[in-house]
Amino acid sequence: MKLARFFLTGVLFGIVLTKAEAVSWYRIYEMFHFQSFHMFGIIGTALCTGIVGLQLIKKKKVKDFNGFPIKIIEKERGFWRYVIGGTIFGLGWALVGSCPGPIFILLGTGTYAIAIVLIGALLGTYIYGLLKDRLPH
Amino acid sequence: MEYIFGTWHWTISGFLIGVTMLILTYFGKTFGMSSNLRTLCSMAGAGKFTDFFKLDWREQKWSLSVVLGAIVGGFIAYHFLSNGTGVSLNTDTITQLQAIGIEAPNGKLLPDAIFSIETLQTPKGFSILLIGGLLIGFGTRYAGGCTSGHAISGLSNLQLPSLVAVIGFFIGGLLMAHLILPLIFKTT
Repeated sequence: MKLARFFLTGVLFGIVLTKAEAVSWYRIYEMFHFQSFHMFGIIGTALCTGIVGLQLIKKKKVKDFNGFPIKIIEKERGFWRYVIGGTIFGLGWALVGSCPGPIFILLGTGTYAIAIVLIGALLGTYIYGLLKDRLPH
Repeated sequence: MEYIFGTWHWTISGFLIGVTMLILTYFGKTFGMSSNLRTLCSMAGAGKFTDFFKLDWREQKWSLSVVLGAIVGGFIAYHFLSNGTGVSLNTDTITQLQAIGIEAPNGKLLPDAIFSIETLQTPKGFSILLIGGLLIGFGTRYAGGCTSGHAISGLSNLQLPSLVAVIGFFIGGLLMAHLILPLIFKTT
């Protein structure tokens, strides 16, 4: 089954974020109040691992799972979309304490209320799609 | 066993999150969670209203599989890999939270003051969850990514746009946590 490896990667991701408590509203609150190193440590370690890993992949010209060269997509240029969009996301992140990954993961922990956040997030994505061409990017 | 059933240390957690991103890179994909929201909108037929959602969601089946896995991962971690000790906060944080009417975690991941079924049924509780979701959905798509896409994938690839986005995440987060949350949860 072609999709099994993606499913299993997701399982790993879900377990790690739950056990790291990165899905916890409390952890996001204390992060934004600089009252614990926990979340900064997680993001920092993930980044160090990611930077070293991607550099190795580029230097050694590692081939992907299917034997093709690995292309790492560059982000589009822009400024306003990142500042404004980022700030709007930050407001939501600190309000309900979840980013898109944890929204899904918390569904698995049986938190019914997170379904409302998911519906809101889908609506928000839809509204962006409608307004996209009128917004500065 | 404490290492498995208690809170995972940030070194282990962070390392494994980085590895998750690298695994998806090795599979020839890009790590990012918020794009699934767009895919789900497309599946629901949003392409009929605006071109932004005219995409073939079948090409995103791999990503939806990651999401499905993440949900199952959350279930496994919560039911089989936890000993109920849960989040431990420092006492300053707990005092501060109690002042705005949010209870201490006591083994829970989420405060009842925001996520309980009772809270959900009040107009205020419902609005907080819905508005939080709207901000997350709108903001991540506008910024082209969330914590996974920008803070982990983007910054790992030393992308300047991702740094700008992450600074934005913190501007919004700090505004909310320090100025707006106390207003919303002011105990009457």
